[in-house]
Amino acid sequence: MQQYSGFGLLKHSLSYHENWQRVWSNPTPKKHYDVVIIGGGGHGLATAYYLAKEHGITNIAVIEKGYLGGGNTARNTTIVRSNYLWDEASHLYEHSLKLWEGLAQELNYNLMFSQRGVLNLGHTLQDMRDIERRVNANRLNGIDGEVLTTAQVQEMVPILDCSTNARYPVMGASWQARAGTARHDAVAWGFARAADALGVDLLQQTEVTGIRRKDGAVEGVETNRGFISAGKVACVAAGNSSVIAKMVGMELPLESHPLQAMVSEPLKPILDTVVMSNHVHGYVSQSDKGDLVIGAGIDGYTGYGQRGSFNVVEHTIAAIIEMFPIFSRVRLNRAWGGIVDTCPDACPIISKTHIKGLYFNCGWGTGGFKATPGAGHVFAHTIAKDEPHPLAKPFSIDRFSSGELIDEHGAAGVAH
Amino acid sequence: MLLIHCPYCEEMREEEEFSPAGQAHIERPLQPEDISDEQWAHYLFFRKNPRGLHHEMWLHAAGCRKYFNATRNTATYEIMETYKMGQAPRVTANEEGQS
Ligand SMILES: Cc1cc2nc3c(=O)[nH]c(=O)nc-3n(C[C@H](O)[C@H](O)[C@H](O)COP(=O)(O)OP(=O)(O)OC[C@H]3O[C@@H](n4cnc5c(N)ncnc54)[C@H](O)[C@@H]3O)c2cc1C
Ligand SMILES: [Zn+2]
Repeated sequence: MQQYSGFGLLKHSLSYHENWQRVWSNPTPKKHYDVVIIGGGGHGLATAYYLAKEHGITNIAVIEKGYLGGGNTARNTTIVRSNYLWDEASHLYEHSLKLWEGLAQELNYNLMFSQRGVLNLGHTLQDMRDIERRVNANRLNGIDGEVLTTAQVQEMVPILDCSTNARYPVMGASWQARAGTARHDAVAWGFARAADALGVDLLQQTEVTGIRRKDGAVEGVETNRGFISAGKVACVAAGNSSVIAKMVGMELPLESHPLQAMVSEPLKPILDTVVMSNHVHGYVSQSDKGDLVIGAGIDGYTGYGQRGSFNVVEHTIAAIIEMFPIFSRVRLNRAWGGIVDTCPDACPIISKTHIKGLYFNCGWGTGGFKATPGAGHVFAHTIAKDEPHPLAKPFSIDRFSSGELIDEHGAAGVAH
Repeated sequence: MLLIHCPYCEEMREEEEFSPAGQAHIERPLQPEDISDEQWAHYLFFRKNPRGLHHEMWLHAAGCRKYFNATRNTATYEIMETYKMGQAPRVTANEEGQS
């Protein structure tokens, strides 16, 4: 793998940047792989990378029906944080945040990971009690967090309407300084490049249409490019997970919903942190390019159309203008939707199944981008050892019958 | 924005008057104490979540406040029919050759 560096940039400028190595190859499928990963989003690619790097399994294919990172990985609003309420979720997301902190160096790829902090606003007394409880829980788990007063919030974000005239006055906020944003595409590309270098086959434009089984164990996958035999099959298909599960007659505790986001025209730097509000239901940050990145809540109906209803966009914009009256004349450039796989307890499923050699990583819903490295890391362990990574164990699909749900609706909500 | 026909009001109204209420025709087990935890979990949490035809409940929240059913294509969002609670759908997955 060609190393990227400032010196390399200089050197290649002498040959007009025409001699850069291809970032990854485009192989023809082999007949057999030890592990086939369905879904070439950030999670699938991270899984392949950690399987190869930490478990020495390199005969792997990542099968992607479109292009790498073209699903929710390309569509999310890139917020990374770990201030969840319950121990199980906190540990998992914090594991991921710690990996983020060294990831650009490890992958030799600029992920534009920016720890600009995340504010979660409180607008009612109950909001503030919940925030205090969550920040205390975070600190007990060794995760950084602070409760800020209205004055402190105002000092941090001068353009936020913190006056008592606001319809939902800001009463304070939780603050996680190590949280922030990252470049979504770069994460997929960085993992893809590193996995490719370790010998992983990245098969794009290849759709899995069936999963072949024999005597309760997987044999391989049917694709539009023929049958590919596999020792193990790992499904990482986000919004399409139920469609994959149906191929083996399984139902999952998931519903796929459209989730929308939008960006404005580029502006000069005006917002240097991430502001989220569960109460008025909207959140915003400013990308390095200058556009405001604005996120909504899910559309209530299920849908695979990668678009949602316009009224959701209107509600979101109303919430943003309520918080930031100064944005009222900003023009929006683009709006889009992704399909998110939501779980009844707003927590993911990282699990073996009753079929030998079949694994699922899904249910991340509105908030799995932040978990990309962490999820890939613990899922790779689960696949390689055929037993759950200790951090993944509470997220087994069995929790729905044992009753050990991990209710993160409070810390997930609109807050992705 | 979807336009939805409420079978009780017998009118086409805008989506914002309604709220979706998930998969339709889920039957509560008659003897919960006789079934396994897995079956109970299935009833509570597991869903068909199909890509294609879906029978689902909607509430006419800002109208007659009644629940009704709809058959909708979750890939195109086309609503094929709406029908009253207790009625059976006329459009079903097999007829359409879709799943
Ligand atoms: C609008 C929006 C905003 C969001 N904001 C945030 C945020 O701020 N912070 C955060 O943490 N999370 C956020 N999320 C959630 C986050 O994007 C997802 O949880 C995460 O990206 C999931 O990653 P993934 O790799 O599992 O899925 P994806 O990137 O969706 O990858 C799944 C891949 O599987 C492929 N696939 C599906 N079926 C098949 C098949 N049959 N054969 C082959 N390939 C198949 C798809 O083409 C796709 O590329 C947001 C999501 C959306 C939609
Ligand atoms: Zn009505």
